[in-house]
Amino acid sequence: MASHSESIIREPLITGDNITYAQITNDVLRPVENMPGRAWWIGFTIASLGASLWVFAVSWTFWYGIGEWGLNKTVGWAWDITGFVWWVGIGHAGTLISAILLLFRQNWRNSINRSAEAMTIFAVICAATYVVSHMGRPWLAYWPLPLPNQFGSIWVNFNSPLVWDVFAISTYFSVSLVFWYTGLLPDLASIRDRATGIRQKIYSVMSFGWTGSVKTWQRFETVCLILAGISTPLVLSVHTIVSMDFATSLEPGWHTTIFPPYFVAGAIFSGFAMVQTLLLVTRKVLGLENYITMFHIEAMNKIILLTGSIVGVAYLTEFFIAYYSGNEYERYTFLNRFIGPYWWAGCMMYGCNVLMTQLMWFKSVRRNIPISWVLSIVVNIGMWFERFVIIVVSLHRDFLPSSWAMFHPTWVDMSVFIGSIGLFFTMFLLFIRVLPSIAMGEVKLILKSTSEQAKKKLLAHGDLDPEQVKYYKDSLVKFDSVEIADYQKV
Amino acid sequence: MSKTKYILGLFADPDEMMHGIDLLQKNSVPIYDVFTPMPIHGIERKLGIKDSRLGYAAFMFGCLGGTTIFSMAYYMLVHDWPMNIGGKPAFAIPDFVPITFEWTVLFTAFGMTLTFFYATHLFPGRTPRVMDLRATDDRFVIAIDAKGNTPHEDITKILKEAGAVEVKHNDRKYVSYE
Repeated sequence: MASHSESIIREPLITGDNITYAQITNDVLRPVENMPGRAWWIGFTIASLGASLWVFAVSWTFWYGIGEWGLNKTVGWAWDITGFVWWVGIGHAGTLISAILLLFRQNWRNSINRSAEAMTIFAVICAATYVVSHMGRPWLAYWPLPLPNQFGSIWVNFNSPLVWDVFAISTYFSVSLVFWYTGLLPDLASIRDRATGIRQKIYSVMSFGWTGSVKTWQRFETVCLILAGISTPLVLSVHTIVSMDFATSLEPGWHTTIFPPYFVAGAIFSGFAMVQTLLLVTRKVLGLENYITMFHIEAMNKIILLTGSIVGVAYLTEFFIAYYSGNEYERYTFLNRFIGPYWWAGCMMYGCNVLMTQLMWFKSVRRNIPISWVLSIVVNIGMWFERFVIIVVSLHRDFLPSSWAMFHPTWVDMSVFIGSIGLFFTMFLLFIRVLPSIAMGEVKLILKSTSEQAKKKLLAHGDLDPEQVKYYKDSLVKFDSVEIADYQKV
Repeated sequence: MSKTKYILGLFADPDEMMHGIDLLQKNSVPIYDVFTPMPIHGIERKLGIKDSRLGYAAFMFGCLGGTTIFSMAYYMLVHDWPMNIGGKPAFAIPDFVPITFEWTVLFTAFGMTLTFFYATHLFPGRTPRVMDLRATDDRFVIAIDAKGNTPHEDITKILKEAGAVEVKHNDRKYVSYE
């Protein structure tokens, strides 16, 4: 219930004085209802140039075929699958935040879930474009679907992880989209009821006629809870199945049973890093410091530290098992990551993912915005190299030394990858321009219980354990959006 | 006879609105509906609204999805065109688990959400039937059908007493129609 007051020792999730329900609407809708500032235009210009590069490079690939990529007989899978797995992994954070943290009643998810889910959808779109373009003949992209056909009525092979992947990715994308859009309906209605003219008409169509009546909200909450419940195993299944694309092969370096949990942890790790990259900038540019507070930033850094450490343990396990297996091919594959010609890729992978994240153990690092931002990018560089090492470095020296080869990306490879980043940011920037980047209804829900002003009211009321009050005041020091001087007199 | 069709009590605070519902009910004033910018737990019990049955729908759709894809896989790989893959059985149940799971989730999500949209009359382009434009922003609105027997001034008084910041006597049901 809205009046439920929370223990004083919990840090506030909304800071600032005089935050009212109307204030939340105004703050969140400011970028939607006004023309964007210069920062947005600069970002959008750069991003859309990247997206144009992507269109060009992908069209080039479609026209001339994937021979334009740097693939060769030995390394038949390279940047395309690296990019695919990287993007799918990034996509995992959104559902984790919106579904798993909802089931665990983590209220801090309320102000970051909307943009994280949007990010998920855009990341999965980027991943899906890789799948289609690496087929070489994208007009035959319907072949993995179980459709009746004239090829001797042969069906798709449901024993194949690649077919499972088609089902997993398409389900994941469409269910995330449904979850995200259903959650958007009340906020779209808020925009509609404040807008006039053509904007009102557009948002009216988009908001499906939402009114916010009791029955609607009741059903809405049921739907969200059940969607969260089914998305939780879904998100875990997606990267599990992606990892099975590799793990069910007989390739040394891929053929390991640890892949599913290791990939899932890595996916959440890179996804949270991307959320951090985006939100640290977004909160500053859109002035949302009161809603995405230092508490949120630190909480996300803690998850990055946890999942990064799980990934680290998985790396160590892989090495140990390679040694313990007694299999010379397996041993060689893992040694080759350090002593082979791609030693630098291995160093990037282990250095960025394991060593750099361990810095997060320090409070001063977790609470430092510039350092967190740089580390979040370092994580995603590391995670890209992880996939590169797993895919290219495992393939490039196969069982026959006469077929050993190196992989050299062409300009098309690089353009598709850089372009996909541009495509991603173009979609994200359009999103924060036309849709509310914070779930207003959900933030309003916690205003009366977990905001700074609610805590202030508790303090003013007195009657609290002085030790707890001191603990609370000490915890406020880290916030960059709290006026500490206010607490001297209380 | 007054032209007022609906009386709206606008509250700035959800707890005061809950108090308003209590007071109205104590005075036997029937409540038409309540519109809020966020879900308020406990209203549905006060207003006697039954639990949502969407969970049952979700379960049925999930069963349907799982059965559909499992049957498809059985028909395609076992009945219609069994393939000899290293002499392994064509009816490889463990291999069908991932797709069965995915379609269970897929059907649950789409079936349940579409049922929600259907039951609540939500679809793209539906004219919003909004009784007060601030109900999606910062007002918690109790709507009362003015055709009841209680004098309108009494209703106004009860709402004000509960803490309503504004009481509207509307001649039209929906303000969103042009």
